[in-house]
Amino acid sequence: MSIEVRDLWKRFGDFTALRDVSLHVEPGELLALLGPSGSGKTTLLRLIAGLERPDTGTISFEGEDATERSVRDRRVGFVFQHYALFRHMTVFENVAFGLRVRPRETRPAEPEIQARVHELLDLVQLEGLARRMPTQLSGGQRQRVALARALAVQPRVLLLDEPFGALDARVRRELRRWLRKLHDELGITSLFVTHDQEEALELADRIVVVNEGRIEQVGTPDEVYRRPATPFVFGFLGEANWLSTTIDGRKARIGFRPDDLEIALGPLDGHSFAARVSRVQSLGGRVKLELTSAAGALVRADVPAERVRTLALSPGAEVWAAPRELQVFESD
Amino acid sequence: MTRGSNGVLPGFGLTLGFSVLYLSLLVLVPLSALFFRTASLSVADFFAAVASPRAIAAYQLSFGASLLAALANAFFGLVLAWVLTRYRFPGRELVDAFVDLPFALPTAVAGITLTTLLARNGWLGQFLEPLGIHAAYTPLGVTIALTFIGLPFVVRSVQPVLEDLEAEAEEAAASLGAGRLETFRRVLFPALWPALVTGSALAFARSLGEYGSVVFISGNMPLRTEIVPLLIVTKLEQYDYAGATAVATVMLVSSFALLLAINGLQAIGRRRLAGAGAGE
Amino acid sequence: MTAATLTHETGQASAPSLRAALQDPPAVRWTLLVLALGFVFLFLFLPLAAVFVEALSGGLTTYWAAITDPVALKAIELTLIVAAVSVPLNAVFGVSAAWAIARFEFPGKNLLITLIDLPFAVSPVISGLIFVLLFGAQGLFGPWLVEHGVKIIFAVPGILLATTFITFPFVARELIPLMQEQGSEEEEAAISLGASGWQMFRRVTLPNIRLGLLYGIVLLNARAMGEFGAVSVVSGHIRGKTNTIPLHVEILYNEYQSSAAFAVASLLALLALVTLVAKRVLEWRLRRERLT
Repeated sequence: MSIEVRDLWKRFGDFTALRDVSLHVEPGELLALLGPSGSGKTTLLRLIAGLERPDTGTISFEGEDATERSVRDRRVGFVFQHYALFRHMTVFENVAFGLRVRPRETRPAEPEIQARVHELLDLVQLEGLARRMPTQLSGGQRQRVALARALAVQPRVLLLDEPFGALDARVRRELRRWLRKLHDELGITSLFVTHDQEEALELADRIVVVNEGRIEQVGTPDEVYRRPATPFVFGFLGEANWLSTTIDGRKARIGFRPDDLEIALGPLDGHSFAARVSRVQSLGGRVKLELTSAAGALVRADVPAERVRTLALSPGAEVWAAPRELQVFESD
Repeated sequence: MTRGSNGVLPGFGLTLGFSVLYLSLLVLVPLSALFFRTASLSVADFFAAVASPRAIAAYQLSFGASLLAALANAFFGLVLAWVLTRYRFPGRELVDAFVDLPFALPTAVAGITLTTLLARNGWLGQFLEPLGIHAAYTPLGVTIALTFIGLPFVVRSVQPVLEDLEAEAEEAAASLGAGRLETFRRVLFPALWPALVTGSALAFARSLGEYGSVVFISGNMPLRTEIVPLLIVTKLEQYDYAGATAVATVMLVSSFALLLAINGLQAIGRRRLAGAGAGE
Repeated sequence: MTAATLTHETGQASAPSLRAALQDPPAVRWTLLVLALGFVFLFLFLPLAAVFVEALSGGLTTYWAAITDPVALKAIELTLIVAAVSVPLNAVFGVSAAWAIARFEFPGKNLLITLIDLPFAVSPVISGLIFVLLFGAQGLFGPWLVEHGVKIIFAVPGILLATTFITFPFVARELIPLMQEQGSEEEEAAISLGASGWQMFRRVTLPNIRLGLLYGIVLLNARAMGEFGAVSVVSGHIRGKTNTIPLHVEILYNEYQSSAAFAVASLLALLALVTLVAKRVLEWRLRRERLT
């Protein structure tokens, strides 16, 4: 199901959470809303869900205006950041909730509810835990119950608010891959909010980069990483070095990534510059270098340990550095 | 919490409406009756009722005894809270549960029991009388009854603060050479002080208006052992509505002032606790 | 004092975990212990024991006669009626006010919260007085009531009003911090899954606040049954008609029927003990729930 968001504004008292936001979501895609805390990405998600009302603007599902519709009527599946599992119900009862509260006319018969719930618990690999209480589950398990619960009502769109934020790194990585697989299996249009750019790059079909209530860029992971529209996008999607310079009489900022730097003992073709090594930090197979350019700017490089050995680099060494890829932005 | 009242949770209008209606009918209307009645009094009548020798004596007794009781509770309450939090002894849980007895026991029962205990031939009275300590039907008796009433307030105010105190601060003081008394004076007491004052103020406020537990032991002699609440009741029984209302207004105003002060104290206490946790 | 503030952990900072440098010297410990326990014995234990000893001082038959005396039974009946009316009413109010306050923002919220604390600041006698001023013979509505033959003061309705007034904060004060602490996410989740307002309330909210509600009701009930000052003012002390158990105790005591007075009072003391136990149990369960 496609989603169309137009000219959305949302204020909370004096604070403007979203400014003039417009977005189109393709049916069946897995879309990431990526941005720092306070950027408005969760607000946008909640507006789409119907958990908040916009001040102005419209939200449409499949072409139909849904702005005035309550969250109950939008048939969205919302997975809360802290799962919001019903603490006094078993896993089974949690997942069955959406089915059990249906009005009598549309409510499935109890055997059917049982079958559906067990099917879903199988899908999220929690079969056998149906009788447990939420407090007896690990974070990752609770996450999956929350997902199963949201899926039980056969939503047209799945909305996940920082789904892996509260989990530890290893569980997070596992669940990420699992979520992608699940999405491919089910094919439901899904949006998830994250502040972790690695997560967005790994999972999403497209990424919406949000900052201070505005959308900075919408594109595939490759697009936002390699062809960032603004300095913010470049800086947020990965580590960045910045140099100021003048091109054709206009001020510009050049950004390049530490792992895109070629280091040599003599000048290289392309845009190379001289620098002195000020710090060498070895991290297993890679080495983090801190270089000071001739102009006194701090430049970080991330190079293979092999290279550092070959060049016999140590603090004080004079080198030349050339970025293999760089982004140029106009500076004001 | 839904930000703004146009969030997704239902029932705002219903619950707020009902609550405000209930509050108005049950609380605001009756209270305003008091103020209307007071307003209808002439200034002269008001002062006649409020400043009569009998009333003054009543204020002195109520305020004085409540203050003494609050101070007694401040001391013993602190000791009790300390002992309950810091020491282990058989029956500790029982004693801790018992601290709430004055909350749970109806005031009339407390009243007749304390009177019986402290009467001339009572369980305790028989030991006190020979010593010249007359407890029943005297201001002393009133003070004792009010101490009973106010007991839980100080203990329950101080206990949470004591429990949340970080041992590290005390250990630091000890490592820097402070003895226990020094540590208590300089490290612990300043942290407990707001809670202690709040608890005592609460006990004081409660004692001011206390009726049931005091009315039996006081003997209710005008100008001697008549507390303010009893004065109000007596005037009512004599159909002196105006007089009763006047005195009640004085009482109410001081209670409100006290409540405001207590809220202020609690706010200071909260800020202190938060600061103590955050500032390192 | 709400359960939220009262679910302290007795024993959190106590002896075993208190490191060596922080132990009070034995002399101090013993002094404080004696002081504290002596105080508790004199002021708490002794009075409680005295109630029962005095109650049984005339023998078991006198005790039984006192509490089954028809007038006493009427008093018990009235007390139960008062509780049966004020507890549900104030429970509903408490839940309603807590929902509005804990889940929404609106102007005047702080005022509402302060107003809810009002009866705690008012002397019970004044709580009774205001209803006399409204509905008494010389009251605001006095003439109107006399005209229509409606008796509020010196009759049961007055007692119900005064008691309901005195006890109305209890449930609200318990539930407001509890619901604020629990947050609204589960309820939002329920709505997002298609539940109606009532379904959300019944299936999600109520189970979550169950313990706090029970706690508030236990306190409310104890106060409703034991209230003396306010009821004394509005009741008129009409034997067999407008006397609750506490008032009946007063009458017996003033008539020098000491054993009988204590016998009836022992019922209230038993209620107090039951209340203390229930309070403790609920506090413990609330604390457990909070930690999981």
